[in-house]
Amino acid sequence: MVRVASDTLNSRVPDGPLQQKWDKHRFDMKLVNPANKRKFTVIVVGTGLAGGAAAASMGELGYNVKSFCFQDSPRRAHSIAAQGGINAAKNYQNDGDSIWRLFYDTLKGGDYRAREANVYRLAQVSNNIIDQCVAQGVPFAREYGGTLSNRSFGGAQVSRTFYCRGQTGQQLLLGAYQALMRQVSVGKVKLFARREMLELIIVDGVARGIVVRNLATGQLETHTADAVVMATGGYGNVYYLSTLAKGCNVTAVWRCHRRGALFANPCYTQIHPTCIPVTGDYQSKLTLMSESLRNDGRVWVPTGKSDKRAPDQIPDAERDYYLERRYPSFGNLAPRDISSRAAKERCDAGYGVGESGLSVFLDFRDAIKRDGEDAIRKKYGNLFHMYNKITAEDPYKQPMRIFPAVHYTMGGLWVDYNLMSNIPGLYVLGEANFSDHGANRLGASALMQGLSDGYFVLPYTISDHLATTKLPKIADDHPACVQARADAESRISKLLAVQGKRTVDSFHRELGLLLWEKCGMARNRSGLEQVIGQIRELREQYWKDVRVLGSGETLNQSLEKAGRVADFMEFAELLAIDALNREESCGGHFREEYQTAEGEAARNDADYSYVSAWGFNGAGEEPTLHKEPLVFENVKPSTRSYK
Amino acid sequence: MSTDILNLNLRIWRQAGPTDSGGFKTYRLNGVSTHMSFLEMLDVLNEQLIAQNEEPVEFDHDCREGICGMCSLMINGQAHGPDNATTTCQLHMRRFKDGETVTIEPWRASAFPVLRDLVVDRSAFDRIIAAGGFVSVNTGNAPDGNAIPVPGVKQEVAMDGAACIGCGACVAACKNASAILFVSAKVSQLAILPQGNPERNARVINMVAQMDKEGFGSCTNTSECEAACPAEVSVSHIARLNREYLRASILADV
Repeated sequence: MVRVASDTLNSRVPDGPLQQKWDKHRFDMKLVNPANKRKFTVIVVGTGLAGGAAAASMGELGYNVKSFCFQDSPRRAHSIAAQGGINAAKNYQNDGDSIWRLFYDTLKGGDYRAREANVYRLAQVSNNIIDQCVAQGVPFAREYGGTLSNRSFGGAQVSRTFYCRGQTGQQLLLGAYQALMRQVSVGKVKLFARREMLELIIVDGVARGIVVRNLATGQLETHTADAVVMATGGYGNVYYLSTLAKGCNVTAVWRCHRRGALFANPCYTQIHPTCIPVTGDYQSKLTLMSESLRNDGRVWVPTGKSDKRAPDQIPDAERDYYLERRYPSFGNLAPRDISSRAAKERCDAGYGVGESGLSVFLDFRDAIKRDGEDAIRKKYGNLFHMYNKITAEDPYKQPMRIFPAVHYTMGGLWVDYNLMSNIPGLYVLGEANFSDHGANRLGASALMQGLSDGYFVLPYTISDHLATTKLPKIADDHPACVQARADAESRISKLLAVQGKRTVDSFHRELGLLLWEKCGMARNRSGLEQVIGQIRELREQYWKDVRVLGSGETLNQSLEKAGRVADFMEFAELLAIDALNREESCGGHFREEYQTAEGEAARNDADYSYVSAWGFNGAGEEPTLHKEPLVFENVKPSTRSYK
Repeated sequence: MSTDILNLNLRIWRQAGPTDSGGFKTYRLNGVSTHMSFLEMLDVLNEQLIAQNEEPVEFDHDCREGICGMCSLMINGQAHGPDNATTTCQLHMRRFKDGETVTIEPWRASAFPVLRDLVVDRSAFDRIIAAGGFVSVNTGNAPDGNAIPVPGVKQEVAMDGAACIGCGACVAACKNASAILFVSAKVSQLAILPQGNPERNARVINMVAQMDKEGFGSCTNTSECEAACPAEVSVSHIARLNREYLRASILADV
């Protein structure tokens, strides 16, 4: 039995009609006088779209900002790898889009497991984001006449996605990075690159600082502030193989969780349908092929089992375009969770292609015939190039082979409407929080949420905290700082002292495989119960047998990885516990026991229309479940249908 | 055609820290699959080294899909190895021969000091961007996106420059260790776009000044940078930077 807290969580969603909540809330929140802003210091951990945008915007407002990232430059954050685009309700295409439609699509796409008011605000500010990025010089695709271009994306029937070739995330991130560097040049933002956050400092119940390790020198540093903002991305690398950058980790938010921040909906993981399949056991990561490819590519498998013919030898009559067959109105643009499960279903049934039988075709033959190779090259040139680099196959000549891979995580630290966690003064933005995507994220919505949180939400909401909270000055020798630093230090020494036989990577791979098999695209009770035990055993072994060479006083990447994997070992258990607790299928969480006769997800609104926010009680100890009931005042949750 | 499995000699630069003089060390690595990426090959080497109680080779990397710009490496004297338009992380072992000796070094430039082994400090690039590689528009100040029309053709050229991933291969490939291709990519993007116009003169002057201050060399038009660039940034951006610099030097702002 799960330990359930007696109180329900207060999301602090303002009263009033949905359309007026944000406006009214902005009026109700306390402001910090322009002349007083310079008296406050804010720490922002992470420099992706959310963190970069937040740090730059707060610097512009006059706050002193300290910006941290583990990479060598803020421009490397993994937002940079987003390919397809960013949604906004501009309705430039005159095709019936509106703020309400973007709100509705996002809420429905999330399988009615997101907070209505947050999603509506996201749709509202989506238009400001496009304007801001254009003004920064982000080179969005344009028509010949000079107006902005759009394309369509999964889960929507309008064209509302803005894009920069196949590298939209890169351009949006560079826009935020350049805004950030401008604030660095005027001294409002101090940049701390190659720093890993290892502890959160809490004084009198309020988040007041962090302990970081300088990854270049190994030195620990204490940084204090008036508020702490976490924008540290998702936890998909708990699966080892994912489309995330190698450095992405759960450590920063897990350290906050260990100090009391609630972790919400960890079981909502997004498995992206279009990734390059695994080739060998040395594989270090999986590469995404943007979902935008499904605008022109058609997904199929042979109608016969284990058909080993070359794809161009298989006549049309023997091809099963299964997405078009099962979901005629959305076809190849069905949402990610649905497309991924459909691919798994075909491969499990024996129709998969490639050497391992674990892939399906994504075919551009018809699009090339229709529009010509040049038109396809203009839209997807860099993606085709990347595919060719990795596989040595030419997608202009033969279909791509794709398979689902872990890509995005909807869960994250619990936050209220102000994006503040349950620890006062600790804010969480972007993928690191849980708030806007429910149980499944639609394509081109991650960039939207990161920038919305960073540019247009946090700069307003943080002032309310700073203006209304007593924040006495604290120095580095405050007992809470000293304690946090000692904790970070002892963890490092503990890892170095094990001196076992196995490498960090070998443990990480094993953990990832356990989760992928038992808590991946499909989950069930007995598998989850089993995997929780296996994770515990593996974690015990880890602390007995991991080998980390070198010292803590130099650049030491093995030590960095060892700390991150130690946290994944604890976090993985929570992910599985959450998946076990949620006895329904919704979005990215598919429990085999809860499906319709047609194999679609069966949601259970009567019992599970709530956010699961977990409190930490010690590693290996049963966590406490806090519930935030989800209230739908404006949209009636229905069964998602893309048929 | 190569076989599926390679046995290699890896001649790798090892340097304990910024002040250590460093030197090459050669390792034997057997059983390398040709489907591996170059960095996966180094992962396998590191697993082997750890098993032998030797500290693994430190190298920068992150996204492993060719976009973050974090990976580097001079491979047999070429920045990012032998393939055109390819970062080290996208380079695959099918490009190498069985029995080959592969020499792996860090970027070599005084403006990119070595931190350890193959890891260098590229923060000079951040300081160049901070000197002017932006449009000064505070959050909330923007007009409607379509109020600033940009002809499709211009936008494409701007995007060509904007595609720079900031990896530093241009510097490593240049005999003068010049950063001019990196600087020109940003100057060019923002000079072409109307949004960049108000700060056009100051931007090019300040960014070039910062580049010089960081200790990068001068450009002598050998175009090695373009050949090494994984994002295919063209030297035509350097030509545009030169025009912009001249223009800014002789024209008054008002």
